[in-house]
This record gives sequence, C-alpha cells and structure tokens, in this order.
Amino acid sequence: MKKTFILLSCLFIVAAGIGAQGKAGLGLIKSGDPNEAKNLTGAGGTFPAVLYTKWFAEYAKLTGVQVNYQSIGSGGGIKSISDMTVDFGASDGPMTDDQLAAAKGGKIFHIPTAMGAVVPTFNIPELGKDTLRFTADTISAIYLGDIIKWNDDKLVADNPKLKNVDKYIVVVHRSDGSGTTNIWTSYLTAVSDKWAKAVGAANSVQWPVGLGGKGNEGVAGNVKQTPYSIGYVEEAYAVQNKLPVGLVKNKSGKYPVPTTSAVTMAAQGVVLPDDLRVKVVNSDNPEAYPVVGFTWILAYQQQTDPAKALALTRLLWWATHDAQSYNAGLEYAPLAPDVVKKAETLIKAIQVNGMQALPATISK
Amino acid sequence: MTVKNSISRRATKAADPSDRVFTALVGAASTLVVALLVGFILLLVLDSTDSIRRFGLGFLAGSKWNPVKTEINPIVFGALPYIFGTIVTSLIALVLATPLALGSAIFVSEYAPSWLGKPVAFVIELLVAIPSVAYGVWGLFVLVPIMRNDVEPFLQATIGKIPILGALVAGPPFGQDLLTGGVVLAIMILPTILSLSREIIAQVPRLQKEGMLALGATKWEVLSKAVLPYARGGIVGASMLGLARAIGETMAVTMVIGNSSTRISPSILTPGYTIASAIANQFTEADSPVYFSAIVELGLVLLLVASVFNIGSRVLVGRIAKREGGADA
Repeated sequence: MKKTFILLSCLFIVAAGIGAQGKAGLGLIKSGDPNEAKNLTGAGGTFPAVLYTKWFAEYAKLTGVQVNYQSIGSGGGIKSISDMTVDFGASDGPMTDDQLAAAKGGKIFHIPTAMGAVVPTFNIPELGKDTLRFTADTISAIYLGDIIKWNDDKLVADNPKLKNVDKYIVVVHRSDGSGTTNIWTSYLTAVSDKWAKAVGAANSVQWPVGLGGKGNEGVAGNVKQTPYSIGYVEEAYAVQNKLPVGLVKNKSGKYPVPTTSAVTMAAQGVVLPDDLRVKVVNSDNPEAYPVVGFTWILAYQQQTDPAKALALTRLLWWATHDAQSYNAGLEYAPLAPDVVKKAETLIKAIQVNGMQALPATISK
Repeated sequence: MTVKNSISRRATKAADPSDRVFTALVGAASTLVVALLVGFILLLVLDSTDSIRRFGLGFLAGSKWNPVKTEINPIVFGALPYIFGTIVTSLIALVLATPLALGSAIFVSEYAPSWLGKPVAFVIELLVAIPSVAYGVWGLFVLVPIMRNDVEPFLQATIGKIPILGALVAGPPFGQDLLTGGVVLAIMILPTILSLSREIIAQVPRLQKEGMLALGATKWEVLSKAVLPYARGGIVGASMLGLARAIGETMAVTMVIGNSSTRISPSILTPGYTIASAIANQFTEADSPVYFSAIVELGLVLLLVASVFNIGSRVLVGRIAKREGGADA
C-alpha cells in the first residue's frame, strides 16, 4: 500500500515536472461561466479553418459557448476586425502598421494559435522517390528566375542526381492571395536581398516568373501534371496528398524534415517580440524547419461588452493552452512554450471598462 | 405630342383597369433593372475612386501589378496584361466556337433527320447547364496535358515554322496559356451559340425554302441563298452573346490560363491572366485600401470591355440588317 503511494506520488511529481514547462494553465476552463456571452463571431484566414472548426466544436461541448467562425480569407478577417463587425479576426499574416492604425476600436493584439509550414514540392520524373535539397540561395534564385534549369551548378552541388536533368524549371506559385504565399515570400525576403528589394513579402506579390495555380490544390495539380516543375504548398496539404516534399537547409546548415515538432521549434529558444507580431521564418533554432509562420487571432485590447470580453478571453486562454493538444493530429504545429508564455501576457492585458477581462481565477 | 402617342393613350383609357395595373408592374420591373445597373456602376466608381485618382490612365496602360512596396518597386496597379488576356482569350473562343456551332446548328436543323436532330439538340442544351468550375477541372486535368503534349508541339512544328506567324506560337509549351484558356471558353460558349443559331435557322419561313426548292435549287443553294442570309443577323447576335459569356467567365479560365501577368507577348502559348480571374484570385486578400480599390476598378474595366464589345456587336447586327434591307428592295 505504502509502496503504491510512493510510486504514485513519484509519477505525479514527474508528470508535474514535465507539465510545468509551459504547460501551466491547462484545465482551468472546465465549464461555461454564467456571466459570459454565449455567442462569439470571428472571421478570417482559411488556413486555420479546419483547426478552428474542431476547436470550437469541442469548446461548445465544454462551455456551451458557440463560436461562429467564417473562413473568408485573412484580408477579410483584418477588414472585419478593423470595422468591428466581428468579435475577433484571424489572419495568417501579421497586420501592417497602416492596418493597425486604421482599426476603429483601438489597439489590436495578435494572439498566435498555431504554426504552419510551407514546403517545396516538385515533379522530376528521373528522381523517382528521391527527395531534393534546397538552400536559401537556390530557392530564391529559382523563384527570381535566376536559376532556370534543373542541372544548374548550384542545384547539382546539393543534389548530384540532377546532373543529367537538362530541363527548364517550370515555376508554380499561388494565384490567389493567401497566407501560404505570405510565409513563402517572407522566407524569401528574409534570406535574399535581391528578393526583398524587388518583390517583398505579402499575401500576393508580383511574381518575377512562373504559373499561378488557385489554392493548394491548384498548385499541387499543376506540379503533378507538369514535368520538371516546382511549387510550394502547406505542409499539411503535402502530407495528406502524399506529395514529394523537398528539404530546405536551415540557418544552422541542417536539413530538418518539416514535421510539426520541427515547425514548433522555430519559435522556441529564439528572441520573440512581446507583441508576437513577428515572422519566425529562418529561425536561429538549429532544429527548426525554416519556412514557417504563425496564424493569429486578432482581438482588441479595449473591449466594450463585459460579457463578450469574458467569453473571448476565456476562449483565447483555452485556445492557447488546452486546445493545443488538438493541433498535431490535424497537422498544425502546436505553439512553443515560449510563445504560450508571451500569449498569456497579452491575454491578461485585454481590458474591459479599465479592468482585466480574464477572471483572476485563471490568470493567477 | 405625336398622333401615335395620343392614340395609344386613348386606347389605354378605354381598356380594362387591370391593364393599367399591369402596365405599372412591368414598368416598375424595368425601372428596377435600370436602377440596379446604375447603382452597380455608381458603387464601382465610388469604391474605385482611390485607385482612379492615384493611377489615372496608367491603370489602363500600365503592365505592372505590384501590391507590395519594396525598396526598388513602388505599389502600382496597371491592368493592361489582364485586359489583353481577356480580349485575346475571348476572341480565340469566338473564332473557334462560331464555325463549329454554326456548322452543327445547320446540320441539326437542316440535314439531320428529326429522330437524330432532336436528341442532339437536347444534349447540346444540357451542356449550357454544366457549372463552369466543372469545365475548369476538366480543363486542368484533361485538356491541359493534351494541349501541352500534343496540340502545342504540333502547332509549333507547323505554324511555328512560318516566318512572322511563328511568333504566335513561340515559347515553351506549358499547356496553361492564353490558347488553352480560349479553347476552354470556346467549349463553354459553343452550346450557347449553337442553340440560339438553331432556333434562328428554324425561324426561316418555310415558304422561302420551298420556293427555292421549287425553282430547282440544290440543298446547298437553299442554305446559302435563302436560309443563311435570312438568319445572318441573328447568328451574329448569337455569337456576340457567346462572346459576352466568354468575357465574364471566371472559374474555368482561372484554372487553365496560368495566372501570370508578367509579360504581354504575341505568342498565344504565353501564360496569361484575365480580368475576371484577377478579381476572383485577389479580391479576398486585397488587404490595403488602395489594393481593394484597384480590384474594384478592375470590375469597372471589365464592365467597360464588355460594353465596348456589346455596342460593337449591336452596330454590326444593325449594319447587317440594313444591308439585307437594301438587298431586298
């Protein structure tokens, strides 16, 4: 009996020890709060829509709060929150300073909810099942139109098998504005001066070369059917559709496989600003996959309706803590402990009538 | 006040009161339609003011479409590649679809026995109802590989060898280009043109045809001297209706045209972009006010292009009708 007790308490301590690293704050929301609003409306990016559908269904079961999320696109999400037509917005790209200044309800917080990766996919019949290795140099040169053939010396240096592939590269990009493009171009902007000067990073840009496909499925369809092509898609989409995925060299010279944990690492152990409005591409973390980004929920710091403010802050707390366990199963990378800690500070700073909106029982 | 007017007034007065109610109803209906169009144009102009002020005529003449400010490239919106793509694909569609549609309309209504003609006409009319995204998916997965592997290399091996004309098919065959966009559009507008032409040919008075036959004319002579001259105006009108559909078509073209506005080249094997696809692709994520405004202005330009074609076709139909009138007299 005593032995069992000691064993159990040992287990408990070990479990608590593991849990303590960034996992505090779990399990604080177990049921609805009588004072909170029972309906919240949000609108924004299509990238997190699958995750949010799952989350909000679970959250309704837990608390009875119905969250209505409309995946109208990040641009639409930013516009909706700026015009105050929704309780929260969602975006895969950070709002620009101009957009923040134009928001009607004052200061907007960026609360990260998940991370996603963008991967290169390609179609080279000669390669069979072999993968390709890309560097910041080669990817940016391909998308700038500076490398035009697969047997270019720079590509062959990392991929000897390409030596005899004397074919022109067909570059494929997204034709519709999207967070995927934002992450991809943010990476290119971070690693290539020439790209940063000429093209820049946004949901849609002026592409120097290439064909446009609509949506992940459009890009994947183009790459699948066009021999000697290269494109980029969300990591989750590539996994679900078993597309060939190229490896990208990170800042430390490694070629990490873009798993959800390698994506999460991009925001762990690196310098992050307090407002979390940051692009985490080309991370300093040696284990991190380099082409990644956050997806955010956008919320006003100064709330006006106490019931909604309570419901929203409780939802955000649950989303950044308990809900993270749903992420990996749906191929979204969970938030790193460092990020959760900073997100907590932001959620606590949300106010209604000059007071903290989050109940003290949660924020303690 | 003209005599005609006062007569019609008197007639109305004498008629049943229900007549007046009906007149008011249909009057209101047509006023509403006009009001809708006016409101639509007003809204487009209002929302695009930002872009019109900032870029002026450069919007129509410029070929750079850059929504991101960088060190060397300012934000600028020029819709020329989109306008070019819209006009080229629509014209390709018209050139390909009209002869085919006319040929089969003549066959179905004049040559085929009615047990064959009726079901064929029915099937063709079903084609009109297929949603355009279905054409797009088919285009992407079936048509694009055929174009890339067979049609385009063939064109390059034949037309490509002719000087000057060769420029039309220069460049690597991607399969996703202006030509493929045009072919998909041609397939989409074919049933529209065909079913209208068939109706028009069926309207040719029997007496005219029988008169020709009685004079000992061959089938071809009846067709070329009695049927086609009578139906010419209507057939041109049918093609123009098809063209109108082609200009505004979005999804199907977006999926096969390549969505690239980087260059305007004489080759129809260059990936291109149409106005409608640009709106569909970029509208949801146009996140700065001037970008949004530019997208709305694209809508205005599309309306303008469609109107120019429409007015052009009116003039054309009018001319043909006049010439026929002259010939009859």
